[in-house]
Amino acid sequence: MAQALARALAPNPASPVVRLKQVARTYRLGTIAVPALQDVSLEIPYHRFSMLIGASGSGKTTLLNLIGCIDAPTRGTLEVCGQNIAALDDDGTATFRARNIGFIFQNFSLVPVLSAYENVEYPLLLIGTSAAERRERTLAMLHAVGLTDQAAQRPNELSGGQKQRVAIARALVKGPQVVLADEPTANLDTATGASIIELMRRVQAESRTTFIFATHDPQLISHADELFLIRDGKIVEHRTETHR
Amino acid sequence: MKLLLKIALRNILRNRRRSLMTGSAVAAGALATLLFGGFAAYIFAGLETNNVQRIGHLTVFRAGYFLFGAGNPAAYGIDKYRDVMALIGNDPVLRPMINVMTPTQSMLGIAGNFSGENDASKTFIGVGLIPSDRDRMRRWDEFGTGATSAPDPRLSDKDETRGLIGFGLARILGLCGSLGLKGCPSIPTAAVASDKAPSAPNESLSELARRDAGATNGASMAPHIELLAATAGGAPNVVSLTVGGAEPQGVKELDDNYIAMPVALAQQLVYGRGEHKVTGIVLQLHRSEDMPAARARLATLFRANHLDLDVRDFGELTPFYGQAKRLFSAIFLFIALVMGVIVLFAVVNTMTMNVMERTNEIGTVRAMGVRRGGIRSQFIAEGFLIGAIGATAGGALAFLIAALVNHNGFTWVPPGNANPVPLHVAVSSSPLLVIAAWMGLVLIATIAALVPANNAARLSVVDALRHV
Repeated sequence: MAQALARALAPNPASPVVRLKQVARTYRLGTIAVPALQDVSLEIPYHRFSMLIGASGSGKTTLLNLIGCIDAPTRGTLEVCGQNIAALDDDGTATFRARNIGFIFQNFSLVPVLSAYENVEYPLLLIGTSAAERRERTLAMLHAVGLTDQAAQRPNELSGGQKQRVAIARALVKGPQVVLADEPTANLDTATGASIIELMRRVQAESRTTFIFATHDPQLISHADELFLIRDGKIVEHRTETHR
Repeated sequence: MKLLLKIALRNILRNRRRSLMTGSAVAAGALATLLFGGFAAYIFAGLETNNVQRIGHLTVFRAGYFLFGAGNPAAYGIDKYRDVMALIGNDPVLRPMINVMTPTQSMLGIAGNFSGENDASKTFIGVGLIPSDRDRMRRWDEFGTGATSAPDPRLSDKDETRGLIGFGLARILGLCGSLGLKGCPSIPTAAVASDKAPSAPNESLSELARRDAGATNGASMAPHIELLAATAGGAPNVVSLTVGGAEPQGVKELDDNYIAMPVALAQQLVYGRGEHKVTGIVLQLHRSEDMPAARARLATLFRANHLDLDVRDFGELTPFYGQAKRLFSAIFLFIALVMGVIVLFAVVNTMTMNVMERTNEIGTVRAMGVRRGGIRSQFIAEGFLIGAIGATAGGALAFLIAALVNHNGFTWVPPGNANPVPLHVAVSSSPLLVIAAWMGLVLIATIAALVPANNAARLSVVDALRHV
């Protein structure tokens, strides 16, 4: 499976997968400007399990949204996989996301009318993967997350942990450069959350995909290769862990 | 496309009740449109069949007859009409199109019944025809309405003195009893007796007619009436008509005035001993669609032969046909519009609710890389599918109901008709109507989904993902 996924990856490890320069993001609430991010500059290297940690409202999700190219900075420069995102139009950004970025959401966000298999297969359809390869990669991914037997089940027939496993498989199946996970364990009990973290660590190690993980839970710090502490819209600390 | 339709179909099934209600609105639209459209199509076919059976597709007149001939039909006779009929019948273009070609003579006059105690007279509108041609014309049924008539034994080519009169005229002339007509009251005795004095001239007319008709009529047991009309030369003329029967005419004015008789008798009345002409040559074609071509060919033929003749189609001769057609078309359009608006709003409402409920899902798939166009297509596909499923279900139901109605033997009396005809809903025989109704409803449902689909496509990904 790892080999199959690695085929799609062609990163340049010498440069960072994500580079932000003086990025700011301000929202407007009526006439009031609310700064969510202020002059954030950071570089996230390839093939690492990076963690954004901060309290609720600190700007983690805003930062993930920018890195995921589903939001645009008010100011500053954002490069993902060497691509200046500001240079892309809406369709171009969508295509870029389809090819390079996987998402894992807190509330799983599976397509309810599709089975587990179809949910995992969906991103491959968006990038025009052949039917045979789709089947091979989807089954391999479901096997990797331990859901081979649940392939035909719809999301409403799965437990929270199983849904998040499907979401992980869906994020990874296309072999993206970056997987963004926004509080993926927040809606799970402790044991299930731990198993999901373990799973993400394992598939990240196997696929050598860059994971960027946002959480407010300090207990998860031990899993991070790169740690970015965010507070009030600013990166206040960056640590590179050497535990691995 | 396969994924798009698969997701669309599953989303429709996901909100079964809502989809069912919306689909039902579309189905009701299809049902109403097809049933009324089918009924209207049958009405059109019935009216056309009735007209073509009575007066053919085209009638050749002497120029001016159509506008002025009703006041003096005798003055607008077609000279050497047999030569004209031969010219038409021998034309290689027209010959294969023609089913029946027959002469007809129109006239105005006074009919009187002076037999026994009767002393009644009434103006009449007469038509002379060839009975066997009339029988053949009444078998025409291009559209399969089933409204054909068996040969009428009351008229015969061999008996040139026997004719038919309107039911109302029979009543007015006091022939109900002698013709054995049910539901036809006799003239009150007082009315018959009170005006006996002026009968002397009528007896003279009676005698004149008997003399003209010869001895053969005297032996007949059927009632007879005297017909008085002005000849083409302006002189009064009288013939005796043996009344073979009465048939209701649907419209009272015609019913109270109508007399049909063999064309030879009509010619004898109108032209006396002069050249026998006719006021019209009726052409019944095999197929109505040949009418414009036949009409154009006739015009060419008459021009080439320097004949001062005019051609009119049955629509011009019976304005009621066009009026009824326009009325039913207007009602159909109204029903179609109302149903279209209902479908439009039902689909807009459903799709708007779908978009609201699936906002988070829209954000998710957009984040995964689906373009705005993909989102738009998704909701449009759902509108299309709801329309297609609803229209198909409504269409199937319409076919079923139409089949039930058509096989139950219901009858009705169409406007302008005197006799009941089978009630049909011509859905299965109107493929264009079915296709147009289906496509129209599906198009409306698809268009209705456009606005919610555009709203969905315009959603900001971040806002959509935040939506709970």
